Formats: sequence, structure tokens, C-alpha cells
Amino acid sequence: MICQECGEKPATLHFTKIVNGEKTEFHLCESCAREKGDSIPGAPNGFSIHNLLSGILEFEPAMGQNIKQQKKVIRCENCGLTYSQFRKIGRFGCSSCYNHFSGQLDPLLKRVHGNSVHVGKIPIKSGGKIQFKRQIKDLKKELQSKIDHEEFEEAARLRDEIRDLEQKISEV
Amino acid sequence: MERFIEDALSEWMKGEGPDSDIVISSRIRLARNLTNYPFPMLATNQQSEQVLGKVSDVIHAEDLKMLSHFERIPLSEINELESKVLVEKHLISPNLAEESRNGAVILSENESISIMINEEDHIRIQCLFPGFQINEAYELANQIDDIFEEKLNYAFDEKRGYLTSCPTNVGTGIRASVMLHLPALVLTQQINRILTAVSQVGLAVRGLYGEGSESLGNLFQISNQITLGQSESEIIHNLYSVVKQIIEHERSARAKMLTESRTFLIDRVNRSYGTLSYAAIMDSKEAAQRLSDVRLGIDLELISNVSANVLNELMIMTQPGFLQQYAGKKLSTNERDVTRADMIRERITT
Repeated sequence: MICQECGEKPATLHFTKIVNGEKTEFHLCESCAREKGDSIPGAPNGFSIHNLLSGILEFEPAMGQNIKQQKKVIRCENCGLTYSQFRKIGRFGCSSCYNHFSGQLDPLLKRVHGNSVHVGKIPIKSGGKIQFKRQIKDLKKELQSKIDHEEFEEAARLRDEIRDLEQKISEV
Repeated sequence: MERFIEDALSEWMKGEGPDSDIVISSRIRLARNLTNYPFPMLATNQQSEQVLGKVSDVIHAEDLKMLSHFERIPLSEINELESKVLVEKHLISPNLAEESRNGAVILSENESISIMINEEDHIRIQCLFPGFQINEAYELANQIDDIFEEKLNYAFDEKRGYLTSCPTNVGTGIRASVMLHLPALVLTQQINRILTAVSQVGLAVRGLYGEGSESLGNLFQISNQITLGQSESEIIHNLYSVVKQIIEHERSARAKMLTESRTFLIDRVNRSYGTLSYAAIMDSKEAAQRLSDVRLGIDLELISNVSANVLNELMIMTQPGFLQQYAGKKLSTNERDVTRADMIRERITT
């Protein structure tokens, strides 16, 4: 198939748009697609993850949230980005946006990642405390299971270990 | 600096890696931001200048110097064509080349480490290895990350992890990806089935040049989608085991074709070799396909007088930016097709 725009090169991008039941087809070569990029999703440079994200975000009012609540402007106090602007561009303005939009983020992050809590690497310098906290959490789980299995000697050892870590946290 | 632009093949690409008959390269990218500065999208000129300065200073850290000599290239100091070449070598992203303000890249001597500043995030650490070495790439990226973290204040949150401009990167900020050459799976029409399966386990598949473009020359990039709620090692292990299986499928498809349709294969790779050796006009799509055929021919030892390195080199050199750099001027599409054919003939027959 030949590109419908320049009529010279073979069409490599095929795109069907259906809006309100009205169907439009595009068959373009790469360079023409690049030029029309903005209007055609899937064209090189034209369609990014951010478009897709804002698509996901746009559906939010339909997720059973109170419409009135939606109308209240949520704004990041640090950089001034509003939540509706974030929804449009799919990107945060600064790291504080995560705090100011935190009420809205869980469902979004779950949809994108299937999860909303970090379990990976923790930075050494700024994350020292967090590292200990995470260890304590794991140890407490282990402690409970030792108690359940009546392995009290082991449990006592774990209890001491937890105490040491808690001591370390208060020193940090 | 000139070397980064003039040589098509980064030093690191010249090395052989494990499974390099199928895996072209392995890449790790870590997204990091500084606390107290808006993300590059909203940063003022002054703020992004400060970020550039702070991140650039880390280049003098002793720990970093022990890894390699590094050079910093501000995007404002190179022209459009030169930045295009860096994109084609995968050393910077199209986004950094086209949209960044006070953007820069720090490159290691062998170009296997590239650190982008003021891209979508303040810092993007990238490590590229030849062949299938995704764990090795992560180890190095992790080491560099620690060095930067020691000197800078990262935006990190206990619950959300490393905070990034785009919610698709938050958490670990990691994108692990592997570039695969899968001609036999394409020829035997198994590719779509496999790629569909891949996308169902949380991995993404893209064509050669990342987002949006179709696959050229049977090259596919497979990367993780999820960055939050899984640890780095889980993410890498998941990618590793899926890629391992794809490699096995490609190998058995190649072996099967070699026994069942040997004549067809010999005909195909030699036709492409002949075309590349004699054609005077070659568009990028045909070049990619023919180069893929010849590469398959080399891997299956059906062609012996061309080295795999020449093929790797041509895959980069036949891209528009590089061709124009080579010609020393801007070229129209038709002129590019002629220059491309010239360049291929020259390299493949010597």
C-alpha cells in the first residue's frame, strides 16, 4: 500500500480512528506520519506514554468517586501544579506532588504497576532509618511465627535483635 | 568528544557478550531526582542550571574516576546533527536531544556508561553492555548510583521509593531492557504469539528505536514495565528468565530452518549479501532487512567473509543522522539512500 499523503513511499503506519461510530483510516509512510505525528497516536514522536497515562487518568471520575469532591482544586503547594494539570500531562511537577496528591495516587499507581508501595533499593545516606524500619518489620513477622510455633529461644533472640535496631534508629 | 560522534561503534559494542548471536545489547537505566528542585519540566532556567552544576560536579568524585575517565557534553555545545548521532548510538534519548533545557550527558571512555542530566528526570544513569549481561549492567549502574547518592540529595520517599517525573517510573526508577535479533521467529511467523505472551507478563516490546516505531531489521527491545512493588532483583530476574526462553525459541527456530529449508536460507542470505554489495540506492527499511539477513547468515556460518562487528557498525551508520555526519552536510531522503548504499558497499566488500 502506498502512503496516502505523499503518494510515493509505501505506507508503514496504518491507523483506524473511530469516533462516535465514524470511522477514519490513515495509511502513511514514516516521514509523513512523523509530520502528522501530533494528530495520530502511534505515529513516531506522536504518541507517548504520557498520552496513554492521561487516558487512564481521565477515567477517574467514572471510578465511583464523588463528583463534588473532584471539583475541589487539588494543588501541589510546592510547585503549583494542579491535579487536573497532572492528569492532562501525565507527569508530576516536583517530588512534593507525591505528597500533595497522595490521596489520589493509590488507585493510579495500582493500575499502572499493580502495586503502590516501594519494596526495592533504599538509598544509603537518606534511607538509613528506612532500612532499619524495614528490617524491624521483617523481624517482627518472623518473631510472630516463632511464637506461634513455640520456638521461644529463637523468639527471644529475634526480640533482642529488634531492640538493637530500634536503639539504632533513635540514634540516627 | 569528536570520537563520540565519529565512531559508529562504541568501544563497548566491540566486545563479545554471552548469547551475542541473538542478544545485541543489555541496558539498565535508573531514573533519579534531586530533592528541593522541581522536575526538569517545571524547573526555571536558573534551577535547571543549578541541577546541571550539582550533578556535573560528581564527575570529580574519586570513586567515579576509578571506574573510567568521564567527559561531559552539554547539549548546547553540539549541533543538531551531532546530537542525532548520539541518539542513534543510544547514548542519549531523543527527548534529551530535542526538548531538554540545560541538558547534558556524561559519557565514560568506552561509552558503556552514559548519565543524562535534565532529561525528563534530573538524572538518568544508563549502562550498556554487549550481549546478554543484564545483571552485570545492573551491578555497574547500582555502583554509579551509590556514588551519585553520596554526593547529592535524592528525592526518595519511604512508601513510593525514588520519586520520578512520570508515575510509570516511580519506585525503583529502573528500566532494564534487552535488544534481541529474532529473524528466525519472524520468518517462521512465531513472533506475534511470543510477543503477545511477553506483554502478558508485565514486559514491553518495542522496535529498534524505542517508543512508537515499528520493528526494523527484526530487532526487538524487551523491557520491564513495572517499577513499583517489585525489587530490582525481581524485575531483572523476571526479564532475564523470559529473554532466556525467547533465546531458546529463536535458536531452535534457526536450527529447524537450517535442516528443513537450508537452500531457502542460503538463497535468502546470499541475495541480501549480493544486494548490499552492489546496490546503488538503499532506503533505511531495505537496509535494515538486508543487514538482518546477512547477520543471520554470519551467525549460521552461511556467510564467512563479513564480520559481525561490521554488521553492528552498519546498523548504526546507516541511520539518517550518522549518514549526514559522514557526508558532512544535510542530505535529502534520496541523497541519503545513495550515501547509505555507498557506505554499505564500501564496508561490506572490504
